Amino acid sequence: MTTTQTPTRRSGKPRTIAGKSGVWIEERFRIAKPTRGLLNKVFPDHWSFMMGEIALYSFIVLLLTGTYLSFFFDASMGDVVYNGSYVPLRGVEMSRAYASTLHISFDVRGGLIIRQIHHWAALLFVAAMLIHMLRIFFTGAFRKPREVNWLIGLTLLVLGVVEGFAGYSLPDDLLSGTGLRIADAIILSIPLVGTWTSFLVFGGEFPGTEIVGRLYIVHVLLIPAILAALIGLHLAIMIRQKHTDFPGPGKTESTVTGIRFYPTFSAKATGFFFIVFGLLAALGGLAQINPIWLFGPYNPAQVSSGSQPDWYMAMLDGSTRLFPSWETRLWGHTVPALFWPTVVLPGVLIGLAAAYPFLEAKLTRDRARHNLLQRPRDVPVRTSLGAMALTFCFVLFVSGGNDLIAKAFDISLNAMTWGGRIATLVLPPLAYVVTYRICLGLQRHDREVLEHGVETGIIKRLPTGEFIEVHQPLGPVDEHGHGVLPYAGSAVPKRMNKLGTGQLTHVRGFFYPVKEKPEIAEKLAALEERERAESERHAELTD
Amino acid sequence: MTGTNPLLDEAELRQMTTEQAMIAGAEADGVHVVHRRDQFPVPGSRAEKRAERAVASLFVLSALAGVAFIVVFVAVPYSYKTPGHSQNFRFYTPLLGILMGLMLTLLGIGAILWAKSLMTEEELVQDRHDVPEDGPEQVMTGATLVSGVYDTGLPRRSLIVRSLGLAGGAVATVPLVILVGGLLKKPGKTLDHTLFAPNPDFPGGIPIVYSDGRRVSPNDLQPGGIATVFPGVRGGVHGPRSASSPTLLIRLRPGQGKLVKARKGQADWNWQDFVAFSKICTHAGCPASLYESQTTRLLCPCHQSQFEVLEDAKPVFGPATRSLPKLKLDVEVVDGAQYFVAPQDYQEPIGPGFWERS
Repeated sequence: MTTTQTPTRRSGKPRTIAGKSGVWIEERFRIAKPTRGLLNKVFPDHWSFMMGEIALYSFIVLLLTGTYLSFFFDASMGDVVYNGSYVPLRGVEMSRAYASTLHISFDVRGGLIIRQIHHWAALLFVAAMLIHMLRIFFTGAFRKPREVNWLIGLTLLVLGVVEGFAGYSLPDDLLSGTGLRIADAIILSIPLVGTWTSFLVFGGEFPGTEIVGRLYIVHVLLIPAILAALIGLHLAIMIRQKHTDFPGPGKTESTVTGIRFYPTFSAKATGFFFIVFGLLAALGGLAQINPIWLFGPYNPAQVSSGSQPDWYMAMLDGSTRLFPSWETRLWGHTVPALFWPTVVLPGVLIGLAAAYPFLEAKLTRDRARHNLLQRPRDVPVRTSLGAMALTFCFVLFVSGGNDLIAKAFDISLNAMTWGGRIATLVLPPLAYVVTYRICLGLQRHDREVLEHGVETGIIKRLPTGEFIEVHQPLGPVDEHGHGVLPYAGSAVPKRMNKLGTGQLTHVRGFFYPVKEKPEIAEKLAALEERERAESERHAELTD
Repeated sequence: MTGTNPLLDEAELRQMTTEQAMIAGAEADGVHVVHRRDQFPVPGSRAEKRAERAVASLFVLSALAGVAFIVVFVAVPYSYKTPGHSQNFRFYTPLLGILMGLMLTLLGIGAILWAKSLMTEEELVQDRHDVPEDGPEQVMTGATLVSGVYDTGLPRRSLIVRSLGLAGGAVATVPLVILVGGLLKKPGKTLDHTLFAPNPDFPGGIPIVYSDGRRVSPNDLQPGGIATVFPGVRGGVHGPRSASSPTLLIRLRPGQGKLVKARKGQADWNWQDFVAFSKICTHAGCPASLYESQTTRLLCPCHQSQFEVLEDAKPVFGPATRSLPKLKLDVEVVDGAQYFVAPQDYQEPIGPGFWERS
């Protein structure tokens, strides 16, 4: 088993400084056992498990760059006349928040790149969380026992969006001020408490003199603290419950297979962190983002056409554009049309996402624990529901930029709006049906390959003159020549050069599988045998 | 399957190699090593040296990028210069981005390559220990919790339960009252008025001014032209309450003034071919600022609501429901020159709707 070059030194008394300090710590804190447990935690290896990592690393980049920015940013709405080095705005009256953002961008050496890295990292943070969540959804990783982590993850996503909006409103430029104005209109639209809430948030009538200072403390302290705590909890639960993994030979519900946290996984993860940070740094330097000096300071009388929020807000912008002008006035009270697409719709979407694991468990009467994932094709209803929701959100997302599309393609703006309205109603059900059919088709193809084997591309002419294509069976066949291997919830090899991957424990590596190692197969077979005996014994005991 | 190997005693462990002791520890944690192999069993082979050099050269390149970053950071000019002067400062941030990106990415790729090609290859299986649930533990912990509840006597002392509930409610509510009470501001009728409201300093009506404070005269605008105007009072253009001020003054083409379908009692709110509407969209509060004088339509660029000026700024497309509020215009003569004034405030709340709006 062990053919390594680890020095054959005895594990005698520690002699090095590191070893002695280890003993020093252990004598005081007695953490040898839990530490070892953490170091030996096994991480399965699959590219789709890296999405959450990207989110975590972007968060770290956000903390680092954000702390730097806070040394220079002045969260005040007090008036000041700009006198910095950006000549086009000299002499313009603006808030200190806007002026200090200009200062960071033009007068602090390296300030602009850190500001831009921060903004890019925020976009990536939310995007990575969303994609991570989609991975969890489509593979069924949210099922028992992981419902709580699903809810924490959803909370993180929502808080991430709020945090992003708060941060993007801080510079008090024309674009973000317009966003705040719309946010105020959204708050005002809430029945009964809207006006009072708006006055509470803004300290009086919009814009007042308070909002930037308040958003600042929300952005740098309140939400980051909650985010950090929830991320810690999310990871602690993940460590406690251990990773899910895709089904495959050697994979069982009661084990997890992969590499240990220390040393290989942590080396890879650290490397991945630096790659994420490096790409964000390159984006921050090369791709301009939020050039607030081009927008000018906020002025309620001005707006630029083609104003676009950050990407995660585009969906709400789209729903606002598409929703009809249905303002209701009853008994001397107004419920503005804005209320439905900006308060009710996100509320319903978030509520549905939160309830989904429980709804699915209830409807499918599934109370079992699940540590092995499902392939999306094997759960066509869930996959199709997901596709439906994604399509709905995508139509709204595109409609958030419908004026830009109308302009670029010379389409009537009104036609874009009507197209979006119709598409939100028609496309999601269509996506459901299409996805459902695709899932069934993929399922059938898996069964077909299991039964008839892989197409070899070899055409054979029989003595009778008939032409047939030779199929390579994947395993043993019955008397009719049909394969007897059952579908096991894992990928079925469908090309000749994929043959053998079905027996592989792990298709490691992004581009090529690691070759099968006979001793792995043996070991796993032994473990599986032990597992079977164990569960039989358990079954006997409980009977 | 249980992961506990009969724990070896310390003396036995000390006799082991580090690798054996590591594996013993992993077994104790329910982690089974199913495969472990040095990627280069023969030390110092050419392949190993090549792999090592590849990793090391990535680290060296990363360090070089870091040095170059410092040089650029210190030496390249970064201050903004107007066109006509040297524009070299434009390379500052992109250069920093490339170098910082290289420094970090190369380090990252190096670390991953190191892990993949040089570190000991291994495959492990870890027991989850989550099935079956630990029955005895559950029973004992449950019993501890329940017996604690009985020890406090809570189930039979309802007086304490209720009074404690009251105290708990108070303790939870007071901080909320402090927070909300401090933040709360009574809206009152604030949203029903703008700074065009009658002001004793201006008995003849509120002067209408441009953003720089100059008064607006009918001669300033060409037919078909527009201007954004404000109440000429303190804080009317800038200031915490100025968000409701922006007003769009439109000079229609000759004769169009008569075509405006004014609401009842508002026929004399125009002044010749001039009309004035609140610029704040009645949908979400953006300034509805795109005016097309040929079609006499106003477009709000935020959510594309469109208003027909000749129909008293009625919404004709998009999510807005209400017409833009109209401002009554009048003209006063000062030193022989005509200037616009607003004899009264808007007669309805401007901007987005809210609950108390009737």
